[in-house]
Amino acid sequence: MTGSEAMAKCLEMEKVEVVYGYPGVAIANFFDSLGATGIRQVLVRTEQNAGHMASGYARTLGRVGVCAVTSGPGALNLVTGIATAYADSIPLVCISGQVDSDLIGSDGFQEADVTGACESIVKYSYLIKNVNDIPRVFREAFYIANTGRRGPVLIDVPIDVQRAEIKSFEYPAEVSLRTYKPTVKGHIQQIKKAMSELKRAKRPLICAGGGIFLSGAKKELRSFAEQHKIPVVHTMMGIGVLPTDHELNFGMVGNNGGMAANKAMQECDMLIMVGARVADRAVANPDTILENKVLVHMDVDPAEIGKNVGPTIPIVGDAKHIFEDASELEISIDTSAWLGHLREYRKLPNPLKFSDKAVNPAVFIALLSQNMADRSTYVADVGQNQIWSCRNVNVRDGGRFFTSGGMGTMGYAIPCAIGAKMADETRQVVAVCGDGGFQMSMMEFATMKEENVSIKVVVLRNNFLGLVREYQHYSLNDRYEMVRLGSYPKLEDLANAYDISYFRASNMEGLDDLIRQFLDEDGASLMEVIVDPADTVK
Amino acid sequence: MKKIYTVLVENRSGVLSKVSGLFARRSFNIDSLAVGTTDDPNVSVMTIVSSGDERTLEQIEKQLNKKLDVIKIKTYEEEDAVSRELMLIKVKYNKSNRKDIMEIVDAMKAEIVDMSENQMLIQICDRPDRTAMLIRLLYQISIVEIARTGTLALPRCE
Repeated sequence: MTGSEAMAKCLEMEKVEVVYGYPGVAIANFFDSLGATGIRQVLVRTEQNAGHMASGYARTLGRVGVCAVTSGPGALNLVTGIATAYADSIPLVCISGQVDSDLIGSDGFQEADVTGACESIVKYSYLIKNVNDIPRVFREAFYIANTGRRGPVLIDVPIDVQRAEIKSFEYPAEVSLRTYKPTVKGHIQQIKKAMSELKRAKRPLICAGGGIFLSGAKKELRSFAEQHKIPVVHTMMGIGVLPTDHELNFGMVGNNGGMAANKAMQECDMLIMVGARVADRAVANPDTILENKVLVHMDVDPAEIGKNVGPTIPIVGDAKHIFEDASELEISIDTSAWLGHLREYRKLPNPLKFSDKAVNPAVFIALLSQNMADRSTYVADVGQNQIWSCRNVNVRDGGRFFTSGGMGTMGYAIPCAIGAKMADETRQVVAVCGDGGFQMSMMEFATMKEENVSIKVVVLRNNFLGLVREYQHYSLNDRYEMVRLGSYPKLEDLANAYDISYFRASNMEGLDDLIRQFLDEDGASLMEVIVDPADTVK
Repeated sequence: MKKIYTVLVENRSGVLSKVSGLFARRSFNIDSLAVGTTDDPNVSVMTIVSSGDERTLEQIEKQLNKKLDVIKIKTYEEEDAVSRELMLIKVKYNKSNRKDIMEIVDAMKAEIVDMSENQMLIQICDRPDRTAMLIRLLYQISIVEIARTGTLALPRCE
């Protein structure tokens, strides 16, 4: 058995269903061996998108997403995909081919120090020098990626190692890493302490982040919140922890969040942060949030607790386990006055005004998400479209919302949506982009068509890089440098080129019907939605 | 605030760069860093001295713990440790200052380990504040070059 056959065998052992990738000579042997297994190989159009597709797949199923690329430029093109996954704690195993072991360090053709380049954006990385290490390394990589705080793991495999003969293939049943033992179960004394604080609290609040999905704690969070009638707010990565219309959901916090959520953060006397980093976008002045409250911070990564704010009660562990343990401790609190108070904030009008010359993006997104099927997935790109999406999307029970929260990577939505659709064909998947992010990823329409997967793509088109334009409007005296995208490409022609149905909305008339037609279309469809460039998010 | 970290790491290629890269990427200070092997050939020990506010010093420990090549970390303050630094200092001398230098060397319990007609090589193995003191004392006499190990430390006996 050769090294590349062993690599393919490892993926079979891990029950991998699909590998996203792009070949080159340094990884061709691996793809050759992979072809002999039943594992689906998806040829993307640029390597970064292999990472994003694997990310969409991983987020949909809670399993490890796998991508494979060649050495040098191939691997370096994937770097942004890896960093995007790292910032949002998405479990990936990324395999890169490497030049011949003897050539490493000689600046050979298509050689790059990929493990070095990725050091600060991976959970762990390997450069395999001995073919016999392959089974152990793969077993460890999958384990590391999908336990503790999830994240990408990189495996760099020189071409001579892929060609070499392995002595014997034995896939390790157990992983033994003396340096890696993630704490999963929260300390019961800490949980008890938090619960006795909760008993005293008049205005408790849960702020939930993406960690809820990663730990599979959605159900546990919901029953805990419902049991004690605790209002819930969430970060951008936490959209969908509760359905948007749930009576306890008060929306997204942070500088792009809603009034009710931010008021709740300020006024609560007990804040339970769970699976959230207390990062700059969600909490502008982390030190001040402590002033009038007890802070309980739950996270599986001990380094996140106390990184940006020192909590009163830290609980290291997996959210699912912590909520399960907490639910067994009987307490009763009355939050009706607090909930009533917060409901008043919901009624306050939104001061943001939109142009009536084109489509109102806020109304559009609300209509779009309301018309989407049950158990559908909404993927938002980055820019104004992302913020409008976060504020106006309606996620129902079983629905999912994906976006690049930490890294803010433009061009994420389309490849992520393709990966999400491949992971679960029964879900309707809609990607919403601006015209900037769309043009960074539209080449993947070819992958989508060739692979016979159908996603719905919305382009909110204003011919500008809107979020930067908005910054220039407010902070740089309307000097619109480097933000004019212009009117190309013509999206209708582009849709034709890929045999995708095309829809266009330039005003509010008949919008609801148009959205329904767009969503009901068999196969892939593209909808161009004209937005006034003067529309802002602030 | 200053803290000393004794970090046991897997003796694998690239570990030093992973650890030092972590300090660079997160803007942590490295006052000194010394690496050596231990009694176990699979394990190396890094002695890192860092300074910063309390939260930063705590983050250093937590972030180091996250590195999969880090086996164990001991953290302690300078006063709870025995710390030593080995330093070699080469100075230029002449008739008029030779005596002064030798007095300094004596007073500091340093040692002259090599000598020529106009240069002396002085060795000192002492607490980091004392090696720094020797540098200050010899500063006026024209130091040619310095080599030093950085701080090595272990917590005091229990």
